[in-house]
Amino acid sequence: MSHPMRGSAAIVGVADEVSPTGELDGELRAIEARVVRAALAEAGLTIADVDGLFTCTGGTMMPSVELAEYLGVEPTWTNSTQTGGSSYELHVEQAAAAITLGLCETAVIVYASTPRSNRRRGGAGMGVLATPERVEWEMPYGIFLPIGAYSLAAARHMAQYGTTPEQLARIAVDTRTWATRNPRAFSREPITVDDVLSSPMVASPLHRLECCPVTDGAGAVVLTSTARARDLLRPPVLVLGAGSHHTHSMISQMPDLTSTPGRVSGARAFAMAGCSPAEVDVVQLYDSFTITVLLALEDLGFCAKGEGGPFVGDGTLGPGGALPGQTSGGGLSYTHPGGFGMFLLVEAVRQLRGEAEARQVDDVDVVLAHGCGGVLSATSTIVLGSEATA
Amino acid sequence: MIVPPVPSEEAASAPFWDATRTQRLVFQRCDDCGAPVWYPRAVCPTCLSGNLTWTESTGRGTVYSVSVHYRAPAPELTDAVPYAVALVDLDGGPRMLTNVVDCDPEAVRIGDPVRATWRALPDGRHLLQFAPDPAGSLADPPTSQ
Ligand SMILES: [Zn+2]
Repeated sequence: MSHPMRGSAAIVGVADEVSPTGELDGELRAIEARVVRAALAEAGLTIADVDGLFTCTGGTMMPSVELAEYLGVEPTWTNSTQTGGSSYELHVEQAAAAITLGLCETAVIVYASTPRSNRRRGGAGMGVLATPERVEWEMPYGIFLPIGAYSLAAARHMAQYGTTPEQLARIAVDTRTWATRNPRAFSREPITVDDVLSSPMVASPLHRLECCPVTDGAGAVVLTSTARARDLLRPPVLVLGAGSHHTHSMISQMPDLTSTPGRVSGARAFAMAGCSPAEVDVVQLYDSFTITVLLALEDLGFCAKGEGGPFVGDGTLGPGGALPGQTSGGGLSYTHPGGFGMFLLVEAVRQLRGEAEARQVDDVDVVLAHGCGGVLSATSTIVLGSEATA
Repeated sequence: MIVPPVPSEEAASAPFWDATRTQRLVFQRCDDCGAPVWYPRAVCPTCLSGNLTWTESTGRGTVYSVSVHYRAPAPELTDAVPYAVALVDLDGGPRMLTNVVDCDPEAVRIGDPVRATWRALPDGRHLLQFAPDPAGSLADPPTSQ
């Protein structure tokens, strides 16, 4: 018997805003309102249809309550849960659950962040990572967060499994190749493995071209019941499976640096969807750094633990590869405002609807979006399907 | 350098920081399930017991992972690069984030034996760091339980 959540909710509208300069115009609330309006318009819905609101940034203490007031929404389901970059996959899971149970009918997930223009204006950088525990036990040691944490994971994986710098670099190269096909991507110059390895080392073993840039960006996703979705403007994108897990907040508390919470979130998502990694046509894996992708491939079961290096080594993730991945150009080349999980969902939906233009993969019926927040701390995995998978 | 905050008297970490004044490395161990606890807490994160006992460590350990930082996260560390940020598994104890110092940072390898060393802080406490331990592989098994 299939899981009651499988296919009961669908994504019916998406929108995102990025910019070639990396900076967006307007104040944060105005940007949030623009992406909400655009995503609702795709579906043929209005703000009056919205009775579920999900957002975890942009406010002060009660982000979803504050944004709801600004937009004029009075929801019956509200959610401000913050798990870093994976928040938006978590929100899809929780929205689909609420819709399945009838706790709300139409949910909007909203994200906007302007770290690049904030930096130009002299605003704070990554101060959000300065928890009291990090201030006492990590920051005195000069760890550069988040890259230092991901570097420790990469170094351990290389020592334990023989993963090479060239294999990690390949992930950045393939992602950039996708970005060359996306006129909206922030970085569109082709690069080679040698370019990656000759870019400055930031925190060994990770080089600058293995790290996401910092840009502004915004996005919104609209979900409703699959029954209602079939009457709307675009082909419904079904939420087939979802799973979430977290194991630690600080990198020093991560039980095993080569094994992420994706092992649990991925297995749960596949079990709900009733499918296996072999049935996934395209992946959208969180790629804050190259190592983030490599660990996700292993933990989600696309290859065995320790075999991520050989798996990506021959262009598997690039155009024409066996498992096209991060087809927008990813966090490494498309945009990275901090919460790239939103953009994984938007691109997954565009691939499933056949709207990805020069980066469209043929015959896409199942796409996996996998968010990773904190320092490999929290993951949420979503399996999305076309109507053919209903 | 970045000086860690001085904890309040009732903070779980106060005994750790007090011990650093005499360059002693202590950590908590759970009386009920035996798990080593790091960072200092009011409860054991393995079984939620509140029965924790401070234990003194030999200060010997092994590098679990290491990353040489070529860029500093804060202006006060700009002159310190490159430096080695590491996770060290304390013999018979927990894993901690630290630095490996008194050596070429690029020569530090995963699996290397290290021992505790102390960097003076302006307030009389010391910051726990680690240095290569040439005697590490010949050392007696850890005795601090
Ligand atoms: Zn215990």
